Amino acid sequence: MRVIAWLVEGTWPACVDAVRAHAPEDAEVVLLHVSGAEVSGVAHGAFAGLLGRAHRGGRSPGDGWGRDPGDRLTALGDASAAALLEAAAARLGRPCALVERAGRVEREVVEAADDADLLVLARDGDRDRLGPHSLGPAVRFAVDHAPCPVLLVWPEAAPDLATLPPPPPREPPPPPHGPPPRP
Amino acid sequence: MLAWAVVRPFGLPEAVMAVPAAAVAVATGAIGLDHARAEVARLGPVVGFLAAVLVLAHFCDVEGLFTACGAWMARWARGRPVRLLTAVFALASAITAVLSLDATIVLLTPVVFATAARTGVRPKPHVYACTHLSNTASLLLPVSNLTNLLAFAASGVSFTRFAALMALPWLAAIGAEYLVFRRFFARDLAASAPSPGVGEPPALPLFALVTVGCTLAGFVVTSAFGVEPAWAALAGALVLAGRALARREASALSVVRAAAPAFLAFVLALGVVVRAVVDNGLADALGHVLPGGTGLLALLGTAAVAAVLANLINNLPAVLVLLPLTAPAGPGAVLAVLLGVNIGPNLTYAGSLATLLWRRIVHQHEHGVDLKEFTRLGLLAVPAALVPAVVALWGALHVV
Repeated sequence: MRVIAWLVEGTWPACVDAVRAHAPEDAEVVLLHVSGAEVSGVAHGAFAGLLGRAHRGGRSPGDGWGRDPGDRLTALGDASAAALLEAAAARLGRPCALVERAGRVEREVVEAADDADLLVLARDGDRDRLGPHSLGPAVRFAVDHAPCPVLLVWPEAAPDLATLPPPPPREPPPPPHGPPPRP
Repeated sequence: MLAWAVVRPFGLPEAVMAVPAAAVAVATGAIGLDHARAEVARLGPVVGFLAAVLVLAHFCDVEGLFTACGAWMARWARGRPVRLLTAVFALASAITAVLSLDATIVLLTPVVFATAARTGVRPKPHVYACTHLSNTASLLLPVSNLTNLLAFAASGVSFTRFAALMALPWLAAIGAEYLVFRRFFARDLAASAPSPGVGEPPALPLFALVTVGCTLAGFVVTSAFGVEPAWAALAGALVLAGRALARREASALSVVRAAAPAFLAFVLALGVVVRAVVDNGLADALGHVLPGGTGLLALLGTAAVAAVLANLINNLPAVLVLLPLTAPAGPGAVLAVLLGVNIGPNLTYAGSLATLLWRRIVHQHEHGVDLKEFTRLGLLAVPAALVPAVVALWGALHVV
């Protein structure tokens, strides 16, 4: 059995704990982190907006005011992703594979789950108001398109029954009908 | 001529393209030699001021100011995303105002990202806040943004009066951005890992802080005595650069490089090209669109035109185009232009449509960026910040 846990900053400990609790002893565990390009992309864009500062001469990174902050963000992002996976492996405390991917986050997750038997992920939405928005767009996409069963966990303790909304008002009794006409 | 001048030099943001363009504009008679010389003479002091501020910011980084900022933010936020966002707003606003938007984008953004990642907080809202504030928080002082320096030279107000008039709009715009960010990124701000690493207390970069403080005081004093405040910036830059040179932390070459000479040449050339375009008909065309006067509606209209123009080309050429048209109406209209060109670029990722198209053409770094989300944020944040800022400016013009 192959279990993939998709780890995201801020909510990953819950996924690791779920793997410890629910994955069988002999399961092959993969810890997955996906880096999106948008944060470094925004820094690239802001730098390009500083008209006239960029060094356009080839691929070599500039320095001083010609140093594109997006490049530094990419490097820092790689380092922090590696640190996150290391911390998760330590918390898991059993053999596992660490996988780092880059690209459109939700699509990379679904592709990585191609040969998996279980995908573990954490809710990423607004958990103050339980309802459709407690899943953000990325988790929604992964839940819809995952090619395997999905274990959806709460980043914190799961809510108790007190969060249930009041039941809908009782249906009015159906209007009296005569007996169905006999053929 | 107009299309050529607008599309080419602004699409290729490099002095290598702009200086020959300026030379061609002079050679073809699009701008008279004396007009070109007057433009360069007008922009010269502005460019010198800019160079001093860039050197000041660079050596603040060498002194460890930005590393210390990261450590302060981490300690104050203690891994809580909303507190970190508040800290980022405070520091990015202060750094943009004092050390210019370049410092926030190039020097502070990587520190903010590293701080968020190190303390287990999702970096996205905080990095987006840096890019937005580098525009929105660049209203306060003439040194905050090159557009401000240009307008400052054209408006004729003193350094202190400029800051007094812009203080309320600055606060209003930042406050509006903060509310928009809290709502827009509520999901990301609700997620945090339980074990944040707070890190060591930072070494206080006392020398850099004192120098920057003295430079700020110097701005007030010089403008009180009618001296160019650029000299205060130059003094601050020389003190920090001199210390780095004396301690062999920098070479003379790195000081020159910190002043970004290619960029300064680009600004001069751009000024000449834009002057040529304005002289050749753009002034008449835009004169019909711009409302006159400094009533509230006129200020709103001026700021809106400036914001649209900044998004079409870039705020630098936009302000060069609009200044000669609004300067006769007085400082109120000039400052409204600044609100538009400084806050407006948050609408377009990469600052302007021209830059965006250029980057699309060369396919640079474009693969993963969600334009929809950034534009949605801009559509919320720009009007939310611009309208209160203009109203605050209108109020300040009556009070100050």
